[in-house]
Amino acid sequence: MTTVTPTAPTPSEAKQSPAEAGSKRRSSARRRSTPLTIAMLAVLAYFLLPLFWLLIASTKSTQDLFNSFGLWFSHAPQLLSNIEATFTQDDGVYGRWLLNTVLYAGVSALGAALLAAAAGYGFAKYRFRGHGAAFNLVLGAIMIPTTALAIPTYLLFAKAGLVNTPWAVILPSLISPFGLYLMRIYAEDAVPDSLIEAARMDGAGEFRIFTTIALRLLAPGLVTVVLFTLVATWNNYFLPLIMLNDPNLYPITVGLSSWAAQAQNGGAGASSDMLALVVTGSLISIIPLVLAFLLLQRYWQSGLATGGVKQ
Amino acid sequence: MATTTTAARTKVPPRRRQVGTAGVLFIAPFMALFLLLFLAPLGYAAYLSLFQEKLIGGSTFVGLDNYTTALKDPQLLKGIGRVALFFVIQVPVMLLLALCFALALDSGLLRLARVIRLGIFVPYAVPSVIATLMWGYLYGPDFGPFAQISHDLHLPAPHFLSGSWMLGSLANIVTWEFVGYNMIILYAALRTIPGELYEAAAMDGAGAWRIAWSIKLPALRPALTLTLLFSVIGSFQLFNEPSLLMKVAPDVIDSSYTANLYAYSVAFISQQTNYAATVSFILGLVIVIVSYAFLLTANRRRTA
Repeated sequence: MTTVTPTAPTPSEAKQSPAEAGSKRRSSARRRSTPLTIAMLAVLAYFLLPLFWLLIASTKSTQDLFNSFGLWFSHAPQLLSNIEATFTQDDGVYGRWLLNTVLYAGVSALGAALLAAAAGYGFAKYRFRGHGAAFNLVLGAIMIPTTALAIPTYLLFAKAGLVNTPWAVILPSLISPFGLYLMRIYAEDAVPDSLIEAARMDGAGEFRIFTTIALRLLAPGLVTVVLFTLVATWNNYFLPLIMLNDPNLYPITVGLSSWAAQAQNGGAGASSDMLALVVTGSLISIIPLVLAFLLLQRYWQSGLATGGVKQ
Repeated sequence: MATTTTAARTKVPPRRRQVGTAGVLFIAPFMALFLLLFLAPLGYAAYLSLFQEKLIGGSTFVGLDNYTTALKDPQLLKGIGRVALFFVIQVPVMLLLALCFALALDSGLLRLARVIRLGIFVPYAVPSVIATLMWGYLYGPDFGPFAQISHDLHLPAPHFLSGSWMLGSLANIVTWEFVGYNMIILYAALRTIPGELYEAAAMDGAGAWRIAWSIKLPALRPALTLTLLFSVIGSFQLFNEPSLLMKVAPDVIDSSYTANLYAYSVAFISQQTNYAATVSFILGLVIVIVSYAFLLTANRRRTA
């Protein structure tokens, strides 16, 4: 198998100096293909169309949603009043949903990444009894679908009195077998054995070596696992749907789908303003994750390369 | 550095043991939660699936009765059949598109490559609930732009939410959500192929297609296996998209439209705990078997 050194960023991701990037662009400029670029821009349009629609739709009243052309502004754009209405509906429950989502996803993602990093490092750098068996057990679990687990987990949590608490959503999200797999192969390359040996010689304990040296070297892999578990928990619908029945505990996905159901039951729709709130609420809720991906793209893209190349 | 390692090696025996213990401590928190949150629910589901709630006598052990019922349950079989059909059609289309996009991005022939790459990936950051709501409105006959445009052109509007279109409409949503994610995994793998390989191939007179076929595709095999594995898991537990579109098209999507919807409705609507555990267990088993089958064929082809 091809081996990669994750610490060395892949060519496109490397922070090139402007001059370097410029000369690269110049040398290959004559090879750029216009038909291919146009085809890919058409592809891009398909992927951005729903988001464009959402942006336009958030500026409309429910009535205008029905009465004006979907892909362009109506005569009376009202984005700000839609945003205000979204945050004030039902005593500001939308803000609560956002906070809940941040809490559930944040705690789950950080916790899952740390657990995976420690365990991945443990599997990569130490040998102990049951090493292979334990790792294979976890690896096999990548194949177990979370939703098939969710119903039994619900039944167990119901016995333990954990249902309808934040823990019911956070606890199952703390275990990411794929995160562990990614961290193990990442740690194998990113943390040199010689460095660990040197630190041991200097009298550092194993735990100290991990927290002060290894974690720093594992950072790009860690960012990748944080981001992908963040997306998984931020976007999770099935688990909170079955675990929670108090609207004050809902994350954004369950909350918005309950609003969408109300808007649906509102019949013709034009009478109630629920539909505009669902649309505006959807727009607001996707902004944080999209921003996170844009800001951190350098890290997660190089981190992902590891998982896809090795096996 | 070399001297320190040899020095370390001389006093290994007492250290080794201590070091091994440290390794166990690093994995202990993960493994403890893994046992509690992965294996315990699985075991509990297996246990529950062997019992039945009877009106008289409460919970009784029935052996594999629930399984024989489930394997003859037309609703479960219909749900599994439908996701299998979905998988067979949607996944190849999605992965082929992801592969084409990744190769196009990697070819260096594109202008605006960064913008295109991120733009295709962005839907992955959109929750499937919101993706489904958006597409649901776009598909809609009232104010969906497709219906509006057809209306303006005096053409019949496409019935995206009708029985014959629904599976395709769902496939479109899932494809929209995940092409970019798969593309990024494949693209990241492509970027790690050393440039010398291309130079050597070009010297031997290989063209762009030949390089893609003989160098890039073989190098992508592990990444393709990974994306395929995730797609198996994803398709067979399809829930969010159909459950949300069910509210828009209740006469097309029923509570057993997909296997997972059925598991949910058995557990939470008809509240048959034991049978729900059986259905989840069978669904999990189907996914594991299909995944293993793919991994085995992928491995066999590699060693052959």
